[in-house]
Amino acid sequence: MIRRTLGTVTLLLIAACGGTQTNSNLPAATSITVFAAASLQPAFDKIGAQLQTKQNMTVTFSYAGTQTLTSQLTQGAQADVFASADTAHMTTLQTAGLVAGTPKPFAHNRLEIAVERGNPKNIHTLADLSRPGLVVVLADPSVPAGKYAQQALAKAGVTVHPASFETQVTGVLSKVALGEADAGIVYVSDIVTSGKVDGIAIPDNQNVIADYPIARLNGAQNKNAADAFIAYVLSPDGQSILAGAGFEKV
Amino acid sequence: MLALAGLGLLLFLLPLAGLVVRAPWSQVGPALVAPATLTALALSLFCSVAATGAALVLGIPLALVLARTTGTLRAVLRALTTLPMVLPPVVGGVALLLAFGRRGLVGSLLYQAFGLQIPFTTTAAVLAETFVAMPFLVIAVEGGLRALDHRYEEAARALGAKGWMVFARVTLPLLRPAIFSGAVLCWARALGEFGATITFAGNFPGRTQTVPLAVYVALETQPDGAIALSLILLVVSLAILAGMRDRWLGAL
Repeated sequence: MIRRTLGTVTLLLIAACGGTQTNSNLPAATSITVFAAASLQPAFDKIGAQLQTKQNMTVTFSYAGTQTLTSQLTQGAQADVFASADTAHMTTLQTAGLVAGTPKPFAHNRLEIAVERGNPKNIHTLADLSRPGLVVVLADPSVPAGKYAQQALAKAGVTVHPASFETQVTGVLSKVALGEADAGIVYVSDIVTSGKVDGIAIPDNQNVIADYPIARLNGAQNKNAADAFIAYVLSPDGQSILAGAGFEKV
Repeated sequence: MLALAGLGLLLFLLPLAGLVVRAPWSQVGPALVAPATLTALALSLFCSVAATGAALVLGIPLALVLARTTGTLRAVLRALTTLPMVLPPVVGGVALLLAFGRRGLVGSLLYQAFGLQIPFTTTAAVLAETFVAMPFLVIAVEGGLRALDHRYEEAARALGAKGWMVFARVTLPLLRPAIFSGAVLCWARALGEFGATITFAGNFPGRTQTVPLAVYVALETQPDGAIALSLILLVVSLAILAGMRDRWLGAL
């Protein structure tokens, strides 16, 4: 058993040495962990794939609701970079002394009404969501998307009786996509990348623009790689991926 | 051996100790009587009792059938009835949506015929809990049936009792310990149900937000309330398991 383990370790060491020698044209292999808001997954997965080929950097993503990631980080979770769906949770982490430097805004997202393909219930405004008999699903107000939805409804002066407060914005999207809910309020980026629902625009005077900040964390194991990741997100390449996923440029 | 056993015990005990030590005891009282907490508790109590009732009505006949089958059929039936025990509850929730949602296999018929929509209702929460918890009852009752001394039933039949009479007067009383332990475990599992409920029934205070869902939501916004609710579930679960005698658990 021990002999076999030693053999494996030796093989791994040889493989590791060989790896750096053959890839001498690329920077040395690095790996980082990025905690990112659930809505960023389609865009960040692409950014991760590009960094792997261009900079030989392996990025491991942990996607979840921003509020979940924030409580994981304050409880001591280990990560190099945090990308938040709002400034409030980033501020929470700054106050806790977990953020290195100043967070940089890297994307904007706005709200849209998600409806079933073809809009069978003829929903055109936020006010339509208060129609009796309509099954409306919102994100919980503890989730950024849910907080923004409440703000938008307040701006429009509309009272909605939701069927459910989902704990992730993706939960809202899937309930509409499955046809169980008639409408929900989600991000434009969710609708662009889902492709399974139609989006009804919300006018600017009722809409809420979500700011997405990104920052290196104090506990980063590999500061240079973390900074390189953030730089790539802010670069024209990164920004065009985000734009393709429905985000607005900073 | 003893060291490993101790390590195993620690793995169970440390998280519980964490909950008890970190609990904001001065705020547990107020958090307990907060309207939101009481709403979630009342709903959890209602849903878990209703789910146990449904499991008794459907699960005992199922166990009877299961105990009388043999061979491949038995293996298939047993695998199907115990599947929810090992299936990730979220997957169970998705499956329930695809069956009972208004676009689902059965749900679409209900919706077209009566305008009935099950998801996002308390019925959905009960259904989700029944789906996840009923196997505990079925397994317990089936175990009881297999261990049963069938000579009592034969004696009753020899004395002229008909099928239903034998079942009601002889089989059921003999099964009482198995049914009781199965029902208690089923109830406890229903009380703790989270994944299938949040996926299938959604999350709305007073309608589908049971205690586990309330804990999850409160953890982000008011951790003290979440810890208080967790403590209640912990105490209830411990009381159930401690109160159950060995021979009842032995029926499993």
